[in-house]
Amino acid sequence: MGIQANYLGMPLDINDLDVENLAYFKHCAAHDFHLQRCAACGLVRYPPTTACPWCASPKSEWVPVEGRGAVHSYTEVHHAIQPAFKNHTPYLILLVDLDTQKGKPSEHESLRVVGNLVTPEGRLAPPEMVRRVGIGTRVRMVFADVTPGLALPHWTIDEGASQPDKPWRYPED
Amino acid sequence: MPMPNETDTTSPKYLRDKYAIVGVGETTYMRGSGMTTRALGTWAVRNAIEDAGLKPSDVDGMLSYQSGDSTFATFIAGDLGIRLNFYMDVFGGGSSTEALVGLAIGLIEAGMCKAVVIFRAMNGFSQVRIGGTGARAVAPVSGDMLHSRAYGWQSAGQMFSPTFLRHMHDYGTRPEQVAAVKAIHSEHASNNPKAFYQKRVSVADVLASRFICKPLHLLDCCVETDNGTAIVVTSAERARDCRHPRVLIRGVVGRCSKPRMDMHYQYGPISTVAGHYAREILWPNAGVGPDDIDVTGSYDAFTFTTMLQLEDYGFCKKGEGGHYVSDGTIRLGGRRPNNTSGGHLCEGYTHGLNMVIENVRQLRHDADDSCPVGPDGRRQHTYDYREGGCRQVKNCELSANLGWANPGTGSAMVMRRD
Repeated sequence: MGIQANYLGMPLDINDLDVENLAYFKHCAAHDFHLQRCAACGLVRYPPTTACPWCASPKSEWVPVEGRGAVHSYTEVHHAIQPAFKNHTPYLILLVDLDTQKGKPSEHESLRVVGNLVTPEGRLAPPEMVRRVGIGTRVRMVFADVTPGLALPHWTIDEGASQPDKPWRYPED
Repeated sequence: MPMPNETDTTSPKYLRDKYAIVGVGETTYMRGSGMTTRALGTWAVRNAIEDAGLKPSDVDGMLSYQSGDSTFATFIAGDLGIRLNFYMDVFGGGSSTEALVGLAIGLIEAGMCKAVVIFRAMNGFSQVRIGGTGARAVAPVSGDMLHSRAYGWQSAGQMFSPTFLRHMHDYGTRPEQVAAVKAIHSEHASNNPKAFYQKRVSVADVLASRFICKPLHLLDCCVETDNGTAIVVTSAERARDCRHPRVLIRGVVGRCSKPRMDMHYQYGPISTVAGHYAREILWPNAGVGPDDIDVTGSYDAFTFTTMLQLEDYGFCKKGEGGHYVSDGTIRLGGRRPNNTSGGHLCEGYTHGLNMVIENVRQLRHDADDSCPVGPDGRRQHTYDYREGGCRQVKNCELSANLGWANPGTGSAMVMRRD
């Protein structure tokens, strides 16, 4: 069964043939982040794919992965394109290097998981929270529930972690 | 500058110099075209064929690119009474122009046709807006877009900005350095009667314009326009019979990519773009290097895309792109001007084709500026680059076009004057 749902007034649609995304978001709905691990080479991959980006093996299993990491880069959106986001500017889109498998299998590779900066409750972050985050900020994964079988993984500031003195922000900030 | 002495310009290697761009054509760069993409494409192709001194029946191949926002070769050919021996409409935007030139060379070399027209027709303001607003912004989110559009990560600026910001982080690139790209291209556009934006703007104007998504101010972003653009490719031999001095194709690299094109951010450094890989094909194929090039056409969907490509194709050291684009090198009168028409930031948005058209005209020494036309019908260039003046690059012999699809994919082409 596919999933049709609504998030921030935006229609989301996972086709019933899209078994990789159905599995990925089912784990997110249980607030238990999982990624595919290649049965041949053992590397974990993101986003969901049908074969391994490193060894092309089609065999994989879903394994739990810790949702913690540091911001690798970001953009801060002031002019929203999609109507769903017009009332939430400025919002942050984060690329987060997971601690899991960081720098593997080569120096410049990491599992870079996309998400918005959100509150611990999973709502898009207010401006004062947006201003605290930059490259290097430690974040932890939280989920925005959408419908049974579908939650979106997001990021919030990891208040329990040791943070950089000053995360890197755009020069005028 | 002249070709390096050791370059064998007669070498058949890589089909170097065996093909030429003989015709260029376009419509007005405008907002509110009041016509269909079919009409825009028909006018552009007609103008390009006429510019070449050919008849429509001399063309027997047609290629186009689009992203579900345009007409097809079949209709343009029908409108112009052309019977085709080959046609293909490919999916894609930026980086397609140079890639299709490569395909055109292959088609002619294989004997499948003799002369190929390549067109891009788009109502990028009036219909499918290039900024992504309108119908595309409200379409349901599914498939791979569940990992992008669901997060408000959709427009080109939003998608590319993590690369732009990371370059500032990694190399200390400053906003005012990158803003110089817009200021300089606006100077060039002020000498281009065809440009949609002909008004000069300053670095301060760019930095004072509102943020779209950091690090992009409004004026770091290109213009959205309606237009048709086209070029004609044929063999160097047939080019001898065409109207203009020959502009020969030295080498092409097409849609060369970083690893992990399903999501290129998985493979770093993300402050490096596809040109890092493409240059290993482009320069050996062309038999020249960056130092030999007189004029560049580095794709300016954003100020940052121009800088990143010039850097990764080797026009300066890695990390020094901010300095290169702000020290006067890329300005008319500088060592190596970039986008002398004003490019996508000022002339009009075409997904790369107008930058190839401009460099063909530069290599003909026939930039269509406001300089007086002499008795031989050709412009008498003054090389006075003040506002409203000349935009012809002096002694222009070699050009490089650097096309951009996204940080992970690019195409490029070197051309020379015969």
